[in-house]
Amino acid sequence: MSTYLIRRLSYMLLILLAASFLIFALYALTPGDFISGNIKLTPERKAELRMIYGLDQPLLDRYLTWMGNALRGDFGISLAQQKPVLTLFQDYIWNSFLLAAVSTFFTWLLAVVIGVLAAYRQYSWFDSLVMVLIFAAMSIPSFFIGLFLIKIFAVDLHWLPPGGMTTTGSNAEGWAYVLEVADHMALPAAVMTLLGLGSLTRYFRSNMIDVIKQDYIRTARAKGLPERKVLFTHALRNALLPAITLVGFELPALFGGSLIIESIFNWPGIGQLYMKSFGLRDYPLLMGFTMFIAVLTVVGTLLSDLLYRIADPRVNL
Amino acid sequence: MSVANGRLAVQPGAGRSKRSSIWGDAARRLIRNKLAVSGFLVVALMFAACFLGPLFSPYADNKINMAQMNRPPSASHWLGTDALGRDVLTRVLQAGRISLTVGLASMGLSVALGALLGIVAGYYRGIVDQLIMRLADLLLTIPSLPLLFIAGALLSEWKVPPDSRMYIVMIMLAVVGWPGLARMVRGQILSLREREFMQATTVLGLRGRRRLLGHLLPNLVPLLIVIATLNIGGAILSESVLSFFGLGVTPPTPTWGNMIDAANNMIDFEKRPWLWIPPGFSIFATVIAINLFGDALRDVLDPKQRR
Repeated sequence: MSTYLIRRLSYMLLILLAASFLIFALYALTPGDFISGNIKLTPERKAELRMIYGLDQPLLDRYLTWMGNALRGDFGISLAQQKPVLTLFQDYIWNSFLLAAVSTFFTWLLAVVIGVLAAYRQYSWFDSLVMVLIFAAMSIPSFFIGLFLIKIFAVDLHWLPPGGMTTTGSNAEGWAYVLEVADHMALPAAVMTLLGLGSLTRYFRSNMIDVIKQDYIRTARAKGLPERKVLFTHALRNALLPAITLVGFELPALFGGSLIIESIFNWPGIGQLYMKSFGLRDYPLLMGFTMFIAVLTVVGTLLSDLLYRIADPRVNL
Repeated sequence: MSVANGRLAVQPGAGRSKRSSIWGDAARRLIRNKLAVSGFLVVALMFAACFLGPLFSPYADNKINMAQMNRPPSASHWLGTDALGRDVLTRVLQAGRISLTVGLASMGLSVALGALLGIVAGYYRGIVDQLIMRLADLLLTIPSLPLLFIAGALLSEWKVPPDSRMYIVMIMLAVVGWPGLARMVRGQILSLREREFMQATTVLGLRGRRRLLGHLLPNLVPLLIVIATLNIGGAILSESVLSFFGLGVTPPTPTWGNMIDAANNMIDFEKRPWLWIPPGFSIFATVIAINLFGDALRDVLDPKQRR
């Protein structure tokens, strides 16, 4: 186990190092920079600024400086906002996390309930309906469903606000603030739940179908246990267990925000911050964000594999 | 004489039908699946409408008509007109040509690339396997949307003409898409090569090429067909996201994604939904139909996966 962990961790570091170089090179390749986009500056001032920010150095030197600082926990200063990248992340990440956590919670809750019921009544009309809806949820273009729901519920019906996290100019506090945020979160959270629901429901449905066929379920029924207990105590527990491996894969989505949904709903999360900074070519922030997601992905995969072993002790790592 | 001829004609045919019975069997079961048939029909209808429809439209030349700007749907323009007085229905169909072509072509590219690299990695193993799979790991580590955005920005900066952007978008999607496919194909190859029938080919002393082409790859084909089908939907969705953000195929070449871009204009978004809702539903209908068909295809071609 410990040799496995050591091997695994060193491979992780290696991959991340390679990824960091690739990410750096890609953004360095991206045409234009923060300074060339500003038409107010004279050419001399531009050259001066490039020197201050070190943009005139050769690529490899810039990479080594960046990486050296990053290893010490310093991802540089956002050019557009003149604040350390990590401070900005801390400001925005919790908004992303709030939205992602709420929608992940509802996705899992709904997926388990619907998946279990569909599996229990496999091949019934309810199951067929669920299957069609699963495919519908998996086929929706995320940005379009976001726009479509804003048009219906915010523009036409005026039931919900069209975007943002709070009403502009509002200084509500306490419960009023919580309600205001909940009001703004309803639409984006619903869309994110819908988008995640398809594949997860399908996963729980097929897990449950496998479990129901097992001998111990027949035993539980033979003992004369009520069906509800068979289903929700004996079967569900075993159908849920493999799902803990998915927790690791949720990691990037939980903390990395959603580029598309946050932009469409103007949600002040880290994904929207990225999209805004992309237009401005704010490289330190863009590289920091991409690297951050890469780290989350790698850590999430490791977490999944470790959890897999806990869920199924027969697995030998 | 004619009877004898008939028998002669039947003989080889019968032999072939016995060999290809797995395909015939699959087709028969597919036709019995109502969802699969309706999915297939919707896709076929969509293709026919997009590739043939504009031929019957009086507005296919996309002439700018200032007298007919921003009209809501009517008898002469079923889905209204846009800011340049062009017929929206015709444009949705023309956009569909591009979107479907990009979806199909980028799927073809990424499946070809993913399958080739996956087969090479899984069959030859060793250092080649290490190289390919580490590269795949690396690409899977970097989030794909930022990767595509950077590529899109590069295209804009290099002033790639709108006509050829379409082809580069296909390549971009394939580059992002192959690592996952290669991993899946490699896994399948690794499991297939340990099966009894492959051991039998070793015992029979068959040469490497014959084992690979004659025995290993044919067993991979059903999986590849399923992956390919399900991937078209994903490719169409990715292209629409990119084009919506102005980083994929750009106007004047219409695609479903860049037509929805009209929603970024506040007035069009609130007052002229006929500009951006039809392309959105076209994407949705096409992708759901492809996915339903692909899933049914998996059920009949890959019975072990059946739930």
